[in-house]
Amino acid sequence: MYVLRRLPSLLATLFAVSLLTFLMTSLLPGDPALQILGAENATPEAIAAVRADLGLDDPLPVRYLHWIGDALTGDFGRSYRTNEPVSEAIIDRLPVTAEIGILAIIIALLVAIPVGMLSAYRAGTRTDKLISSTSFGLLAVPNFMVAIFLILIFAVWLGVLPATGWVNFTDNPVQNLRSALLPALSLAIAEMAVYTRLLRTDMIGTLQQDFVTMARVKGVSNRRILFRHALRPSSFSLMTVAGVQVGAIIGGSVVIETLFALPGVGRLLLEAVLVRDLLMVQGVALVIAVSYVVVNFTVDILYSYLDPRISHGRSAARV
Amino acid sequence: MTTARPLDGRGNEPLLEVDDLRTYFDTPRGVVKAVDGVSLRVDRGKTLGIVGESGSGKTVLSRSIMNLLPKNNTIREGSVRFEGRELTTMKNKEMRTIWGAEMAMILQDPMTSLNPVTKIGDQITESLGIHLGEKGKVAKAHAVDLLKSVGIPAAERRLGEYPHQLSGGMRQRVTIAIALACGPKLLVADEPTTALDVTVQRQILDLLETQQHERNMGLIIITHDLGVVAGRADEIAVMYAGRIVERAPTRELFARTRMPYTEGLLKSIPRLHQPSHTRLAAIPGRPPDLVDPGPGCPFAPRCNYAQDKCLTETPVLAPHAAGHEAACHFPVGTTAGQDALARNLAAGRTAAGTPLDSSTAIATAGAA
Amino acid sequence: MSTPVPNLGAPHPGATSELAVSDGLIAETTEVAAAPGKKKKRGYGLTFWMATVWLVVVLICAVFANLLPVRDPLTPDVINKLALPGEAGLLGTDGLGRDTLARLVHGARVSVTISVTAVAIGMVVGGFLGIISGFFRGKTETILMTIINIILAFPALVLLLVLLAFVGRSLVVISLIVGFLSIPIYTRVARATTLAVAEREFVRASRTMGAKNSRVLAREILPNVVLPVAAFGLVAMGVVIVLEGTLAFLGLSVQQPAPTWGGMIFDGKRYLNEAPHVVLIPSIAMFLTVLSLNLVGDALRTRFDVRGSNL
Ligand SMILES: Nc1ncnc2c1ncn2[C@@H]1O[C@H](COP(=O)(O)OP(=O)(O)OP(=O)(O)O)[C@@H](O)[C@H]1O
Ligand SMILES: [Mg+2]
Repeated sequence: MYVLRRLPSLLATLFAVSLLTFLMTSLLPGDPALQILGAENATPEAIAAVRADLGLDDPLPVRYLHWIGDALTGDFGRSYRTNEPVSEAIIDRLPVTAEIGILAIIIALLVAIPVGMLSAYRAGTRTDKLISSTSFGLLAVPNFMVAIFLILIFAVWLGVLPATGWVNFTDNPVQNLRSALLPALSLAIAEMAVYTRLLRTDMIGTLQQDFVTMARVKGVSNRRILFRHALRPSSFSLMTVAGVQVGAIIGGSVVIETLFALPGVGRLLLEAVLVRDLLMVQGVALVIAVSYVVVNFTVDILYSYLDPRISHGRSAARV
Repeated sequence: MTTARPLDGRGNEPLLEVDDLRTYFDTPRGVVKAVDGVSLRVDRGKTLGIVGESGSGKTVLSRSIMNLLPKNNTIREGSVRFEGRELTTMKNKEMRTIWGAEMAMILQDPMTSLNPVTKIGDQITESLGIHLGEKGKVAKAHAVDLLKSVGIPAAERRLGEYPHQLSGGMRQRVTIAIALACGPKLLVADEPTTALDVTVQRQILDLLETQQHERNMGLIIITHDLGVVAGRADEIAVMYAGRIVERAPTRELFARTRMPYTEGLLKSIPRLHQPSHTRLAAIPGRPPDLVDPGPGCPFAPRCNYAQDKCLTETPVLAPHAAGHEAACHFPVGTTAGQDALARNLAAGRTAAGTPLDSSTAIATAGAA
Repeated sequence: MSTPVPNLGAPHPGATSELAVSDGLIAETTEVAAAPGKKKKRGYGLTFWMATVWLVVVLICAVFANLLPVRDPLTPDVINKLALPGEAGLLGTDGLGRDTLARLVHGARVSVTISVTAVAIGMVVGGFLGIISGFFRGKTETILMTIINIILAFPALVLLLVLLAFVGRSLVVISLIVGFLSIPIYTRVARATTLAVAEREFVRASRTMGAKNSRVLAREILPNVVLPVAAFGLVAMGVVIVLEGTLAFLGLSVQQPAPTWGGMIFDGKRYLNEAPHVVLIPSIAMFLTVLSLNLVGDALRTRFDVRGSNL
């Protein structure tokens, strides 16, 4: 099966990613023991004790094995600052980030698919030019700018949506959605532009294919050609890029969560970074990188279901 | 479908009648005259072969007839009448009741003319649903029948497969099945065998022929290889630079070729009885640019018979025998033609300045 | 692994597609598509030149910030705070009454320094690695590309945050780190371009005729790879400017009170209600700059692109 064939490379990537996370956080300057103790308590003896306690004096490979072994059992250690277990902090905050991220992707796709298709269908017309230049312009708008203007319009002027804060889904689903809407929209705008442009290009290519001509001479309606014949073959790079763009969304969530004061993983990372909370940074970075790799792996698998040429083992035109 | 029409008119009305069809493209380089005044006619149950080199406008002609070309930056004049109905003015919406149901088409490359992500079965039943209202089991059974009729073994199993699981020949059979699904009256096959290997080519052509006879369908076979249509077409039209340069019933064309270009095409068919070392006489030179062709016969620069007149006056189709027309000032096999060739041979070059070496000239003269 | 395409220093994937000209075959439209007969001149068009002019203006501001006749960007003037454009200074003042125009001009310096340095580092190092691996192929390529794909498996901003936290944040450090992090993507672009160039007739010819590798690299490959990579660099510069803005926004960019565009937007957010122009003006400056870089980079890229396919 395709999934099984791809599994070894997934595992290899996960290993490499964990190694990189570890090295990056371990080799950088600054003594974690000093961080933990604070300047005034940092007597040489205390530092030595903490270092021994954390295993910081072991050789790097040993430290990595310890760390990854613990991480695999879900133990990322405790925050220096709050003493909260890192894994609990992450589990607490992951749903928030996941919700706004997924919502953003859904919004972006819901807009981009029809708009990109329209643009391709009407390629070269005024409609198409308007769509193309708008999406080109949106690519130049950073997400924090989008967020600020959304807040200005919907929270300050219209007062219909909250500017900050988060309500859990389990507490109040409606309020939850209201609190997630602006952050998700802020993340969605740039994605929308990316998806639209990509789909437009691919769709224009597909519409010139022979099989579309064949469908036309069968008497199939334009609408059906667009949705049933052309959309799926045009959506392969869209899927791949949507997977890759999850990286941009995760990065964006750091900014957006900070701006909207949401208790998500992005803000957790930022806070940990600001106070150099080593174990927290390590844990969050690992979880983020692993999620990203897994998402792209999943996209890869989904892709093979969308494109029968891959799942049937024929050579696929992918690099 | 069509509004009331006197029944008696229908019998002798041609199935397809194309009259002075022109199709130009407005491109950055200028106006490409891909089809420039083509007239032809196809009757029920008859086969018309359209033959021409690459770039002579065959595909554009077929798409123009089928009303498939995009509307923007395409200039289209003349008329295409299908059973008396004018197609050129029809909107896509009206065309859709004709496409698939009454006119069908097969494209050159079976590798690209099937949707790669849709099962074969769904691709066949789609038009059954649209035109015949067949669904579910009925449509599926019909699809199996169709696949069997085009000679695909294990038809039931094939329904669930994807195009990439089939060989090129099998795929072309599938596209034929799709084209024939709703019993069209006219089938346009644009180089149906060019992408296939030789043994498969024959099978596909035979298949088209039997299907045509069974269904009393009009058939247009487009090809760059005269050999493909030699034994199969009732009539052959030779196309050059967007125009028909010679048209005749098949036997007549082979027996009394008039146009030097046709003569060249004939020579490029490999013959089995020829000794294997016989050099294939391909036509020297390349087809002309379709942008701004200028005066004179477009074939003149490559023609052994070319005279001064050919460079200034564009020849029009003129009748030579019953149903035989050719556009040439100095037709092959006439005294005018013989004289022209003799003159050029003596001069060692044609009026267009093409050198005429005696070996090609002798080969040509021998055929004439 | 499915080698996620780049995220740091990489332009949005959507920005890469050329402006496809086509007739969407099935569109039954009669709206004439911009008279294709005339439009296809190989000129650059008005927008391109407007974008170029804007970029030159920004560059001049950055280089000559101290010489330009603007007020001091750091002097507060509380009486005139949140002034509208025209009331006090050409573009008004911020929440502390500092002159917006002056801060914009000085902020340009930060944006330009960081983006130029980062892009230069990325282009030189990444370009070198890419050309080497694309030209010599073999093991070097395999190893290099594996490492690069792993680095690219991290969301860029996450990597950047982690590095910044532990290394510090002066203008130099930020430029260096962003530059370092953008090496992988340039390696990819340069490699893809090199592969395409190396396949071309004249390169194959000179290689089979026994030209020395170094000579082929210098005479054939380099000149043909530099332009596409540089055009890519322009678009990537826009990404770096946004990145700097993001850092400023997170309080991780150059230390206050030195003005940066991102910082101005961040500060102005507080006065969103009373004085939206304080946010609006630096936002427009940043938007126009990034847009111009995208426009110019895209135009040059379509012209120089030698790659048949994507990365
Ligand atoms: N949409 C178009 N816009 C501009 N020019 C076109 C277009 N379609 C076809 N042409 C031009 O029209 C001419 C005829 O093309 P056509 O495809 O009909 O040739 P053909 O006889 O089918 O050749 P082949 O044997 O290669 O299929 C060519 O010169 C081609 O470049
Ligand atoms: Mg053709």
